Amino acid sequence: MPEIASTQPLDQGSAANSISAPPSTFDYVADRGFRWLSAAGAALILILVAAIVWEIGGKALPGIQEHGLDFITSTTWDVKEGRFGILPAIWGTLYSSLLALIIGGIFGVSMAIFLTQDFLPPQLAAIFRTIVELLAAIPSVVYGLWGIFVVVPTIRPAADWLHETLGVIPFFGSSLSGPGLLPAALVLAIMILPTVAAVSQDALRLVPYKVKEAAYGMGTTRWEAILRVLLPAARNGIFGALVLGFGRALGETMALAMLIGNSNQISLSLFAPANTLAALLALNFPEAGPREVPVLMYAALVLLAITLLVNIAGSAIMSYSNRQGAVK
Amino acid sequence: MKPFLLGILLASTISCLPAAAQDKVRLIGSGASFPFPIYSAWFKAFGKTSDGVTVDYQAKGSGAGIQDLINKTVDFAASDSGMTDDQMKKVPGGVQLLPMTAGEVVLAYNLPGVTNLRLPRDVYPAIFLGKITKWNDPKIAAANPSAKLPDLPITVVRRAESSGTTFVLTNHLNAVSDEWKKGPGVGNSVNWPTSDKFVAAPKNDGVTATVKQTKGAIGYIEYSYAKLAKVENAHLQNRAGQYVAAGGQGGEQALAAAKLPPDMRLWLSDPDGASSYPITTFTWMVFYKKYDDPKKAAAVKKMIDYCLSEGQKISTKMGYLPLPENVVAEVRKAAAGIN
Repeated sequence: MPEIASTQPLDQGSAANSISAPPSTFDYVADRGFRWLSAAGAALILILVAAIVWEIGGKALPGIQEHGLDFITSTTWDVKEGRFGILPAIWGTLYSSLLALIIGGIFGVSMAIFLTQDFLPPQLAAIFRTIVELLAAIPSVVYGLWGIFVVVPTIRPAADWLHETLGVIPFFGSSLSGPGLLPAALVLAIMILPTVAAVSQDALRLVPYKVKEAAYGMGTTRWEAILRVLLPAARNGIFGALVLGFGRALGETMALAMLIGNSNQISLSLFAPANTLAALLALNFPEAGPREVPVLMYAALVLLAITLLVNIAGSAIMSYSNRQGAVK
Repeated sequence: MKPFLLGILLASTISCLPAAAQDKVRLIGSGASFPFPIYSAWFKAFGKTSDGVTVDYQAKGSGAGIQDLINKTVDFAASDSGMTDDQMKKVPGGVQLLPMTAGEVVLAYNLPGVTNLRLPRDVYPAIFLGKITKWNDPKIAAANPSAKLPDLPITVVRRAESSGTTFVLTNHLNAVSDEWKKGPGVGNSVNWPTSDKFVAAPKNDGVTATVKQTKGAIGYIEYSYAKLAKVENAHLQNRAGQYVAAGGQGGEQALAAAKLPPDMRLWLSDPDGASSYPITTFTWMVFYKKYDDPKKAAAVKKMIDYCLSEGQKISTKMGYLPLPENVVAEVRKAAAGIN
């Protein structure tokens, strides 16, 4: 288009022209191209997931054939004897993640409420938000070291006291010997905190201001407005935040490998060492022989399946509760 | 670690520039992480003096190094646990194992106020079997009459991943305890007793940190780590009945008493000698017996020669054991077979 390069009055004319001009070839190409690009992007995600499952599944196949369901239900991991069982690791993964979700969820959601519901002047809230998000940038290994050197010594007196006085309760059934379930879950809770807090904040901020004003207008107190009106309105988003946080907790590796104690046992006690699937994989892969690789791949497949199940269960619960809400 | 390796590579490349006219040979090795600190120091210094020969070493773990050697992706490997017959059969031209340096595995413990703890030969296997569970056990008390042993549970800290260090320890326990032999046995990873008081941590550093943080803990680590982290380690009773501390002459005594077979595979599961430290081990480099490229063979020999002569001088400083004269002579003889 030569007009563009010409003098100003003509320029204005061409600008006025282009508004009503039919789409040029370039527009067509750009439009089509963009559509293809987004379609390819969406497809790529699916292909990537399929490729990962295919690759892991293929390598796990010998392990699946050899060990079958025994692998999931037995508790011994003995490389020399060729006996592999991951039930303790599955148990530890779910137990530690659930504990972390309870702790991290409560703190994360309350933090989100605190930061979005005008408890703080906006600038201060922004600073707090940045600090919470900074937690996500700390490397996993640093969390692990912090767990060993700070968390374990800090909780030890309380843990010893609980074990001595309330030892009959299975949760306190063993004394803390350094690494164990509780320190791992505490560190894990802090690690999922930024995810839970950030997504919950977004959900709470999406609730229209009018809704809050209406609630106050009906004479609610601040707490009634938050608990009865805002939280139910943001329910979906907050639930999504918890599912995301749980997924993050299930897959966390290095900090847990350092803190969980990597012991193949199933115990209800919060102070007992345990094991998780991700830690098992991370620690055994580097020196895995031809015998171990298939079973480790099998374990990876199980972890993938657990994550998938959690997500499906999450969306199922969410859509169920939505329907319930609609009926009311 | 990558930038570190790159740094070594760069440093050695730059130092080789004046010798650019000569043929450059680059040797690639991978394997054990236990001797990595001393190997990287050797290779860096060797690169400066070697007229164009540079060595890159990657600490992937003994098992991975052997695997690389079998797959022919490296020029040499390093291993703490030697090589099994099956593995050796997989290399058509044959391999030559050469002990390059040696180290001690110590039992580090955390008992405030108790120093120079003595552990008899029947006690420490029982601890690792989970049979002795309290620090004030009569058997420990009998060996340490002057120590104030607390009424604390013993927390055993073991390696979480497959490790040459575990191999060295279990190999020794296997030799001194029948019960251990019938139970967990020998291996890079074994089936440890399941108990609330057995925890596992990754790598030497992880075990060291966990022992330091846990009152009543005992764990096995390389001597160099114990020295660096200043954790107390137990005096162990050797075959002759003497209690020996790590880090003294005990390790060298154990090595000197060793009689190496022609294939150089000797595990000092329970060394002789009145003042030998009981858990002492060689660590090996593994070479092909035949290299297709004569230049590479020459470079490999040059490197071996450097490690056996100049290299041994810095061993003690780095927390390793220098090879005794008689062992060096044997190794040189074996190395002559590489071409």
